[in-house]
Amino acid sequence: MNIVVLCKQVPDTETKIKLVADSSGIDVEGIKWVLNVYDEYAVEEALKIKEAGKAAKVTVLAVGPKRAEEALRTALAMGADDAIHVEDAGIYGADSTVVAKALLGALKGVEYGVILCGKQAVDDDMAATPQMLAEMLGIGQVTVVSKVEIDGTKVRAHRDIEGGAKEVVEGQMPMILSATKGLNEPRYASLPGIMKAKRKPLAKKTLADVGVAAGDAKTKIVGWTLPAARQAGKVFKGTADDLGQRIAEIAKLLRNEAKVF
Amino acid sequence: MSNVLVFAELRGTEPKKITLEMLSAAKKIAAATGGKVLAAAIGKGLAGMGAKLGPYGAAKVFLAEGVEKYSTEGYANILANLIKAEAPAVVLIGATALGKDLAPRLAVKTGGGLASDIIGFRMDGASFIAKRPVFAGKAFVEVAFTGAPAFATVRPNTMPADAPAGAAAEEAALAADLRAPKAAIVEVVAGASSKPDLTEADRIVSGGRGMKDRANFKILEELADVIGATVGASRAAVDAGYADQSQQVGQTGKVVNPTLYVACGISGAIQHLAGMRTSKVIVAINKDPEAPIFQVADYGLVADLFDAVPIFTQEVKKLLAS
Repeated sequence: MNIVVLCKQVPDTETKIKLVADSSGIDVEGIKWVLNVYDEYAVEEALKIKEAGKAAKVTVLAVGPKRAEEALRTALAMGADDAIHVEDAGIYGADSTVVAKALLGALKGVEYGVILCGKQAVDDDMAATPQMLAEMLGIGQVTVVSKVEIDGTKVRAHRDIEGGAKEVVEGQMPMILSATKGLNEPRYASLPGIMKAKRKPLAKKTLADVGVAAGDAKTKIVGWTLPAARQAGKVFKGTADDLGQRIAEIAKLLRNEAKVF
Repeated sequence: MSNVLVFAELRGTEPKKITLEMLSAAKKIAAATGGKVLAAAIGKGLAGMGAKLGPYGAAKVFLAEGVEKYSTEGYANILANLIKAEAPAVVLIGATALGKDLAPRLAVKTGGGLASDIIGFRMDGASFIAKRPVFAGKAFVEVAFTGAPAFATVRPNTMPADAPAGAAAEEAALAADLRAPKAAIVEVVAGASSKPDLTEADRIVSGGRGMKDRANFKILEELADVIGATVGASRAAVDAGYADQSQQVGQTGKVVNPTLYVACGISGAIQHLAGMRTSKVIVAINKDPEAPIFQVADYGLVADLFDAVPIFTQEVKKLLAS
């Protein structure tokens, strides 16, 4: 059994988002691009499954511009065996359906029992591509997974739902699982790992190779805005002696001014 | 004459609050498209659903009766059949654990487009334009649809439900597809908390690195009990083991939208602010006057949280009793 891990390169979560002058998109100047944090959990889980002797090979797959290769190299440095990069200069920010279709095409001829990926990318926050791909492939899905157990061809996964509750979901391979925080602690790439990653196979494909055509998008972004700055509020400073007074004042304001009680 | 379909998510046999919120939004959309509001519910014991949903705006309610538990594929099949038959222009689904799992699969099945976790919309003539946060709320995009129907998952607490008025909705049966799904729920493990999930909570009390220890969250629990809040945490607190992963608020946790957010011992890292900045009223308690959290707080208190929170709890208790 082989595992495919879907990877996306995204801006680091510490990034301050700015828009370009005509507000047609984000200003990418100075952005630090990293492997999506939820995808790190997916890569780690795939490596753990392989190390437990339950998978033979871990392939990482990304759709993105040239720079997305760095995210794939990060995953290879963590220990993945090979990579597939569907490269297109204009693909960043594409509609989820288009990305799912590109992944579908890239998976043609690839043998896998499990597809792992992050539950969402922390840039567009759509949390949609894994489910879309599952439907296109006609296979079972478990999203927001915090525990995976593999027993032969059976997959058992814990899915985090509201209020800390979990659904335990079972199915037969092939399955697609989207990882959330808590699944594991991703390893850091070691220096030898980074050196080795440079020589690992990385296959390139174009959008045409994977069967994506103009007009496949089902949505279009028509406007970008930044949130209005919150008005600076009232800050109550003082000493330990007047703490009670300050708190009583805030409590009254919450009732009379903010009207939350 | 394009209709709007609302997937009526239930808790047991009662519509969730998000369902009522979506029905109110659907009325506004239908007014622009010249269509009607349809609703679909899946579950067991659905009798009387027309009377529960009609007053909030549903004209007709489709009921798939006898479905014991959720499965992505099962629900997607049932709804895809309805969508193919009724051809709604817009389909609204709650941005809940269930809705977020279901909607993308359903969109592909029916050839529609999807905008996840929307917080607003506008009508451009009869065209539905959704507004949604990206980068956990550091920016917003407006999304137009080139595929039909337009699917949107709607974030709870963003579109207020109108007061109920009017008659019960007409009811119609919807065939329940009972084929075994490829992935099936075999067990549900209940969470430790009976409080609403952070994403649906109207009030949240959160603790950060300043809490210093897991046991200290007790003082936040006490405040939360008094004001009916759910307890959250910053990434720093979760990573330090003071709180559970399910409690994390922020870009790599949950994005929340309560009426009141009380941040205790949280400095206000950019990735935390992204997850809570749309809270209507923010209270911050931190001993560092330079903490960035004070830049977004409506009411800031510079004090040691271990002194301040118990007093705050008592003050609010007094106020609520008066």
